[in-house]
Amino acid sequence: MSRYSVFSLLRHAATGNRGWQRAWRAATPKASYDVVIIGGGGHGLATAFYLAENHGIRNVAVLEKGYIGGGNVGRNTTVIRSNYLLDGNTQFYEFSMKLWEGMSAALNFNVMFSQRGQLVTAHSADQLDTFSHRANVMRSNGIDAEILDRDAVRKLVPYLDFSDTARFPIHGAIFQGRAGTARHDAVAWGYARAASGHGVDIIEGCEVTDFVRQDDRIVGVETTRGRIGAGRVGLAVAGHTSVLAQKAGLELPIESHLLQAFVTEPVKPLVDHVVAYGADHFYLSQSDKGGLVFGGNLDGYNSYSQRGNTGVLREVCEAAIALMPNISRLRLLRHWGGIMDMTPDASPIISLTPVDGLYLNGGWCYGGFKATPASGWCFAEMLATGETPALIRGYGLGRFRSGHMIDEAGAGPFAWLQ
Amino acid sequence: MLRIDCPCCGVRDHSEFRYGGDATVERPAHDNPDLDAWYRYVYLRANPKGLHREYWQHVLGCRQWLVVERDTVTHSIHSVSFSRRQRA
Repeated sequence: MSRYSVFSLLRHAATGNRGWQRAWRAATPKASYDVVIIGGGGHGLATAFYLAENHGIRNVAVLEKGYIGGGNVGRNTTVIRSNYLLDGNTQFYEFSMKLWEGMSAALNFNVMFSQRGQLVTAHSADQLDTFSHRANVMRSNGIDAEILDRDAVRKLVPYLDFSDTARFPIHGAIFQGRAGTARHDAVAWGYARAASGHGVDIIEGCEVTDFVRQDDRIVGVETTRGRIGAGRVGLAVAGHTSVLAQKAGLELPIESHLLQAFVTEPVKPLVDHVVAYGADHFYLSQSDKGGLVFGGNLDGYNSYSQRGNTGVLREVCEAAIALMPNISRLRLLRHWGGIMDMTPDASPIISLTPVDGLYLNGGWCYGGFKATPASGWCFAEMLATGETPALIRGYGLGRFRSGHMIDEAGAGPFAWLQ
Repeated sequence: MLRIDCPCCGVRDHSEFRYGGDATVERPAHDNPDLDAWYRYVYLRANPKGLHREYWQHVLGCRQWLVVERDTVTHSIHSVSFSRRQRA
């Protein structure tokens, strides 16, 4: 695999750009692998890459039922931040942030990671107090965080509604300068290319239909492209985790829900940061193409449909205009949906399972994209060693039974309430 | 918009309803000391891709709790009935 560089750009430009190679090999499945990862999304591909890179395990296959970049890795709103309050989350997402900072170099692929900063508006003194608590926790963990008063917010993002008639007047904000966005499909392509370069087989159009068992152990998978043996199987199919886990005889505390994202027609540079609304569920950023990319709440009922409902579209746009009246005349270009694994505490599950040979990575709720590198890093370590890395001890399946939940979202024990 | 045929009020938009989650989960008896039974009731969900029996309450209408059978892929609704009849 040839390296990408300014010289390769110039060389290909001089030859009419006819010599570019595929970014990753179109592999055909072998009879068996040391590790089979089900799901060629960001997390599955990152896991394969770190298995090869960190642990020297290169006899690995990533099985993707669709095409690389077609699932949630290409459907999210690309926000990356590490402003988490609760122990377990704080350290994990900051580790992820550090991996993001070195990702383009590590993958030799420009993922366009842009640390433009993210702020969440506060709309009362009390809300700003809770943000101060969060900022203090972040700082004591070595993470950058700033608390801004109303004037400072106004200076930073003057286009928000600071008028006397604002529905929820802005009191202040919490700001993380290292937060930002990345080009999400470049992340998928970058990990796929780098993993493939290490010898990992990336097999697209290959749906897993069942597991192969020997005694009580899972020793492979049945797929639409035949049986594939596996020393260990990693499940990284967030959105469809329940469907595959059921085939393995595993019951999970997960419901699948639909989350929508939206993009407006392109406009000139307006939003320089990622802005989240503290009074409702709404956040936005501006893509390099100029479209305002934004999102909000779940549709609110179990769904595997990948199609959004118009009721939520209306609610999210109402929140958008309450925060930024100046975008009320923009036309919406597209909206789309992705299927989320919702867990009872809104935190992910990276865990050993009661099924021998099966390892689980799922339950990412609405927060999977920013976790992509750390999730892959830790899941690779788990698949390589068979043990739980210290960083993700809090994300085990057993936490629901023992009561050690990481309920960052403050949601109750019912996934559909989150 | 989903359209739910409320047995009391007729066909209405789902925005009049509140979602109540999986209707197949059985609550253990109040004095059941078995932790596992409560764990299953509170946390574990079948989460089917396909037909799903679920609660909806018609909060902006008759306020009745309903059991709706809906396909989670196509959103087509197969049946709607009062939940109190299911429980009897």
